[in-house]
Amino acid sequence: MSDPSTASIVSTPAAHPTDSPAPATQGPQSNEKPRGLLGDAWRDLRRKPLFWISATLIVVFLLMAAFPALFAPGDAVNGSLSRSLDKPSANGWFGYDVQGRDVYARVIYGARASIVVAVLSVLGTLLVGGTMGIIAGYRGGWVDGLLSRIADVFFGLPFVLGAIVILTTFNGSGTSNSKAEIMGLVIVSLTVLSWPVVMRLMRSSVLATKEADYIVAARALGAGTGRIILKHLLPNCLAPLLVYGTIMVGSFIGAEATLSFLGVGLKSPVVSWGIMISDGQQFIRVAPGLVFFPAAFLVTAVLSFVMLGEAVREALDPKLR
Amino acid sequence: MGRYLLRRLLQLVPVFIGTTFLIYALVWAVPGDPFAGKCGERRCPDQYIAFMTEKYHLDQNVFVQYANYMKNLVQGDFGQTFSQREISDIILTSYPNTLKLALVALAIEAVIGLGAGVLTGLRRNGFLDNLVLVSTLFLIALPVFVIGFLLQWLLGVQWGIIKPTVSSEMRLSELIVPGFVLGSASVAYIARVARTSIAENRRADYVRTAIAKGLPMRRVVGVHLLRNSLIPVVTLLGTDLGALMGGAIVTEGIFGINGIGRQVFRAIVTKESATVVGIVVVLVLVYLVMNLLVDLLYAALDPRIRYE
Amino acid sequence: MSDILVSEQSAPGPGGSGRPSGRLLEVDDLRVEFRTRDGVAKVINGVTYHVDAGETLAVLGESGSGKSVTAQTIMGILDTPPGFVTGGQVRFHGKDMLRMSSEERRRIRGEGIAMIFQDALSALNPVFTVGFQIAEQFRVRRGLGRAEAKKRAIEMLDQVKIPNAKSRFNNYPHQFSGGMRQRAMIAMSLALDPEVLIADEPTTALDVTVQAQIMDLLAELQRERHMGMILITHDLGVVADVADRIAVMYAGRIVEEADVYDLYAKPAHPYTIGLIDSIPRMDEKGQQLRTIKGLPPNLMNIPPGCPFNPRCPMAQPVCREKVPPLLQVGNARASACHFAEELVNRD
Repeated sequence: MSDPSTASIVSTPAAHPTDSPAPATQGPQSNEKPRGLLGDAWRDLRRKPLFWISATLIVVFLLMAAFPALFAPGDAVNGSLSRSLDKPSANGWFGYDVQGRDVYARVIYGARASIVVAVLSVLGTLLVGGTMGIIAGYRGGWVDGLLSRIADVFFGLPFVLGAIVILTTFNGSGTSNSKAEIMGLVIVSLTVLSWPVVMRLMRSSVLATKEADYIVAARALGAGTGRIILKHLLPNCLAPLLVYGTIMVGSFIGAEATLSFLGVGLKSPVVSWGIMISDGQQFIRVAPGLVFFPAAFLVTAVLSFVMLGEAVREALDPKLR
Repeated sequence: MGRYLLRRLLQLVPVFIGTTFLIYALVWAVPGDPFAGKCGERRCPDQYIAFMTEKYHLDQNVFVQYANYMKNLVQGDFGQTFSQREISDIILTSYPNTLKLALVALAIEAVIGLGAGVLTGLRRNGFLDNLVLVSTLFLIALPVFVIGFLLQWLLGVQWGIIKPTVSSEMRLSELIVPGFVLGSASVAYIARVARTSIAENRRADYVRTAIAKGLPMRRVVGVHLLRNSLIPVVTLLGTDLGALMGGAIVTEGIFGINGIGRQVFRAIVTKESATVVGIVVVLVLVYLVMNLLVDLLYAALDPRIRYE
Repeated sequence: MSDILVSEQSAPGPGGSGRPSGRLLEVDDLRVEFRTRDGVAKVINGVTYHVDAGETLAVLGESGSGKSVTAQTIMGILDTPPGFVTGGQVRFHGKDMLRMSSEERRRIRGEGIAMIFQDALSALNPVFTVGFQIAEQFRVRRGLGRAEAKKRAIEMLDQVKIPNAKSRFNNYPHQFSGGMRQRAMIAMSLALDPEVLIADEPTTALDVTVQAQIMDLLAELQRERHMGMILITHDLGVVADVADRIAVMYAGRIVEEADVYDLYAKPAHPYTIGLIDSIPRMDEKGQQLRTIKGLPPNLMNIPPGCPFNPRCPMAQPVCREKVPPLLQVGNARASACHFAEELVNRD
């Protein structure tokens, strides 16, 4: 699994080796050394049940995506028609779909596509938007003007509609059935339509810190542009990006499912929650589980990323303490 | 004020051109035969190809094509589908439905979102506050198609409280549930923005002054606190109208509403490129104009903002 | 100058004395604490002062001494939480405001006691015109019609010497200069003709030249209207011309109270001595400014004994053990120092 971004979000706080992992062992008046913003945030964070619930769920989902066989021994792709639409049983906990495939196994295997697509799209969005934002904010002038107008252009496209147009244009004939290709296309369209938000976030954050005294001082001391960006600007903008990125993973899981539901995103034989819901809706009267179980997993996954992002945001925002 | 408006309008033009060009190029200018798969499953009729090629100058490069398309567009000519239907007709019949749906969604956002936000902003950390925090979290996390599907199934199919689909008359009572579905995520955002805004302003010096003046509490909250806290909420509501119309595609599909979302989806599936471009152009225009209006509204609500 | 109300500051317990005294506004053994996540800060620890019609009491102290919190408690605009009143009384015409119904208390605000704040820009509502905010008083509290309220508001603007009051009526706070804003704030607070005006550092945010104008205006209006005024400040220079009496606060207590001339001539508390000594003086040009050593105490952990003892140049062992009560020394003055008599009787 290539999910360094989520991994780092979850483990950032643990970068402080002095902290014991047990939550809430220290009172508010403990005699700790004063720490930075991140240390404070972590102290705040580990007292929150919301944080622990969402972090645990995310770890479970990540494991599910990486090693689905750990959770479900069944076959997610092939079924036998003799079991078509069977009710949940000891063998198939969530029942079987119309083609007799094990819904439980499919729900578990569906985590991978959703999470890979979401995490890679977020990485792409952060990379493209972040770079553009830094350039626009740092260079200013006509560069800023041009990049900001380009961002406006992409921002003006309605999200779902834009994704549909991009996906049908490049995969219009439906000829391409290569798994990697479809996933790549979904990732690209999500990135293309979302980067302006990150760019604006990054740009304003760079603009706000650029004129700060310590940056001016660093420049006066002869620090180069690259060094100023890497050592001073980036660390300052990181917190909001981290929060936004986490929440974005959640909403991208939802967006991927929406596109697959509409039939323009991932397609069979890829297993995805959106496809399962779309396939299952016609049988909702006979077998509501076909829609219910993938929807429940989808919502839980989105919810845990959104919750984690919110918990981190609250911890990072001193005003909310 | 006049000069500010003019400058904003001029700024809007390149963005409008850029966005519509992007869509145009995506739909028409992909390498290969522009008519491959553009007329549904059949091959395009020769007559249509000839007509379209001539009308849209398809034998020329994409910039010339786009320029010609825009030239027709400003004269109100959106072109025709391959079955010779005026695209402006399609837009005119479906657009009001989407607008109606979006307005209902907006009204629901304003009432529920604002109500919840104000109540919880005034009394933080109570039971209601936690309830609203959790439910907004769910509204944000649930994809629209899941909420729509769930409500349609529960209210429409299982409990029979509503009809699962909206009739062509688009009665207001029928639109409440679809409107809520369309605005669900925004309801949550409005509630949260209102809550934060109220909670922040509650401790503001001018609120303290209003209390020290001996004004009744409902006037302190209803006039002094609310007026200031509403500025970010109103701007959010304004920008949302454009977004709601562009995002109505899923909701309209689920509830069978004949709006532009549904038309554009149908056009995409049947590969009627001209219709897709036409509708997206209208949507982009609405979105940009709404943003402009919000900017003006913002300046009207907050006297500290100057038109520069 | 009349006699000074003296109370046992060290004596704990809620309530205050509660006896009627015919005073206009009196604060009696008031105690306020701030309950925060990091602990409980005892911000006001038994403050007692009063003001009568026609006199100006200056409350002097460093930031954090509790002078503004006392004023907020009087006005009923203390942020709760974190602030809680834990004891004492605030009597207006002999009636304890802390035990009134909120409606009864509201009616005193503006009409009985009014307040002006340090930063008029943030204290005035940015989205309403200055005129609206003044006229609002007349409309809501006096039930006047729109036109009449506007007329009265313009009169008020005139009274605080805002030029072109009529055209200024429709301006927003940000369109006023700092001094004009403070004048508008004063006009607003005086609209309902209050008996007591609390001015919380009214000139701190202003330019030096404007400061004097505002102080003069306040003094003039106070005389004309025969109001009681509580002037809160950290600036000894500001009070000399305006105040009749001065109460010096330190760590949530009154440490000295005296007639303005007595206080300057012969301060009876080492803290007051330190404050007066730290005023820059023309005749000592070139010499280093004198300061009070050390920092005000942490209100979550006030040292035992006299709270000033760690910084006091005269501190003796008794200062670290016993809290000195605010006791009358000499004629019409009080000090909370174990050695007050000696200070007053020195040459």
